[in-house]
Amino acid sequence: MELVLSLGIGVLVASGVWLLLRPRTYQVIIGLSLLGYAVNLFIFSMGRLKSNAAPVVPGAEVDPSTFADPIPQALVLTAIVIGFATTALFLVVLLAARGFTGTDHVDGREPER
Amino acid sequence: MIPAPEHLVILPIVLPLVAGALLLFFNDQERVLKATITIGTAVALLIVAILLLRIAHADGRPGGGRVVVYLLGNWPPPFAIVLVLDRLAAMMLALTAVLAIPALVFSIVRWQKAGPNYHTLFLFLLMGLNGSFLTGDLFNLFVFFEVMLAASYGLVLHSSGSLRVRAGLHYIAINLAASLLFLIGVAMIYGVTGTLNMADLALRIPKVAPESMMMLEAGAGILGIAFLIKAGMWPLSFWLPTTYTAAPAPVAAIMAIMSKVGVYVILRLSLLFFTKETVSFGFGTNVLLLGGILTITFGAIGVLASQSLGRLAGFSVLVSSGTLLASLGLFEVGVTAGALLYLVSSTIAISAFFLLIELVERGQDQFANVLAVTVEAFGEGEEDEDVEEEVGVTIPGTLAILGISFGACALLLAGLPPLPGFVAKFIIIDASFNHGALGDTATIPSAAWWLATFLVLSGLASLISMSRAGIRTFWAPVDVVIPRVQLMEIIPIGVLLALTLALTVQAGPIMRFMQATADNLHDPRIYIESVVDAPRSVPRGREATR
Repeated sequence: MELVLSLGIGVLVASGVWLLLRPRTYQVIIGLSLLGYAVNLFIFSMGRLKSNAAPVVPGAEVDPSTFADPIPQALVLTAIVIGFATTALFLVVLLAARGFTGTDHVDGREPER
Repeated sequence: MIPAPEHLVILPIVLPLVAGALLLFFNDQERVLKATITIGTAVALLIVAILLLRIAHADGRPGGGRVVVYLLGNWPPPFAIVLVLDRLAAMMLALTAVLAIPALVFSIVRWQKAGPNYHTLFLFLLMGLNGSFLTGDLFNLFVFFEVMLAASYGLVLHSSGSLRVRAGLHYIAINLAASLLFLIGVAMIYGVTGTLNMADLALRIPKVAPESMMMLEAGAGILGIAFLIKAGMWPLSFWLPTTYTAAPAPVAAIMAIMSKVGVYVILRLSLLFFTKETVSFGFGTNVLLLGGILTITFGAIGVLASQSLGRLAGFSVLVSSGTLLASLGLFEVGVTAGALLYLVSSTIAISAFFLLIELVERGQDQFANVLAVTVEAFGEGEEDEDVEEEVGVTIPGTLAILGISFGACALLLAGLPPLPGFVAKFIIIDASFNHGALGDTATIPSAAWWLATFLVLSGLASLISMSRAGIRTFWAPVDVVIPRVQLMEIIPIGVLLALTLALTVQAGPIMRFMQATADNLHDPRIYIESVVDAPRSVPRGREATR
């Protein structure tokens, strides 16, 4: 499971970084979204991977090692919400830039060939 | 001794949140009402900040100081989120409020009409700033950073226009990427230590197993990069001058403190995490020193090369950030104290400068201004159209006031007496040379020489550039177009500059405060103990049974 997850994160980050460095605004926003997913998975993995374990501990007399860590799950939830909001905001700015400059190049003008 | 009203600590976050949300219910046409509520909130924030400052500095002893801990949700400390108020946090709260009021008053005349929901965004920005200063939790810091950034995205784009949208696009993209780095850093630190509470982290980091230390340092490094992007350290700073230049003047004035938030967090976390007990004591200080010096160099070159006043101010932000980062890199209590004074004075100076530029440039043709240097270099162009009827050189009142303010800004940014830019730089250099006790003949570390050299050179660069710009703006033009300036716009600048003068006059007590703050930062035992031992509040009804 560790291998699959780390491969998944790695592929997401690699594609995200590549897209982030592209000159078109749409590629940038997709790159940022992919990076966001990768980071969310990464945060999740920091609570140690564990399947079929509940995150809520019922009472004091239990062995915490049999339960999943709830904090990274809460963090991921927050990060998803914030990431969603900022992506939406960025999308609006992207459209505004397209409207003002007439091009979807990040610098607002086509490179001279 | 002032009693600490329990809930005073959370007011700097709740007040702007509630006021900002309230303003959403009113139509944008009701500007007087909106401006009144917003400025009223900012004044209330200033009052709260001063009260908090008095609480945090209550005993006035260098080693003492009071740390007020506010438990959100009343959970016992390592769990849930805490707000922590110490001297540094209180100082930053006060500085934010001090910058916010003039910027808001300034925007009454013109800027608030330039787009929708200006006041709400401004208040949310204040909330994010105050929250970042108060929070004692690493992930909560991320949330407040995002609040602050989201509001600033809206404000940079305020009044729209092609230039702003393009600058805003780069600004948002870079900050979103930085936020992702922030999250990776936080996650790695959590993965190693299992806690996000800053004070709890400070206790656990010395106990981290040596083989995990590398992971922790990597996490701290990635986290640091996120803050260095905000602070504008070279080579992470290319977005900064463009964004600050493109932003509306009052927004740039409040954003002067946003670059300092990065510096604040680095100052707080590096001294809290890597205490003397840890193996990685002084982690990253070389990076800060070197990066700071490179930032000063880049900023100074940028200042010299700037053809418009806006970019000049943008690069001044970099010089200021670089000076702070390099000073923190020296890792000396005395230098930190000087750097804190420099932080306050340079932030106020840059804020006033951004407001001033807008007024000065109002009288000029933007295009002509950008070309001015080129014209100087290639000889005068053809005479402009018709000669104005006025022949004798009379300096009108408006221009005189603007000129004097400009001169004051120049003195502040270049670090010349009598304004506090000089005092702060002097203290930084003095403290870095007197490594041990005064008169200690121990060798002066080479880092101190480097820092002093670059501080002085950057001051020289600022001075050259500011005098050149000042002469070009105020003395050289024959047909002076007097900018139309209203009283409401010039007063905020005057107040900010008067404040810097007050900083010089009261330099003694203020420096004692800064020294005490720096002592607390370099020896964070009080901070840690106060958070860990914070008592939970007991509901009123149950007090008797205990």
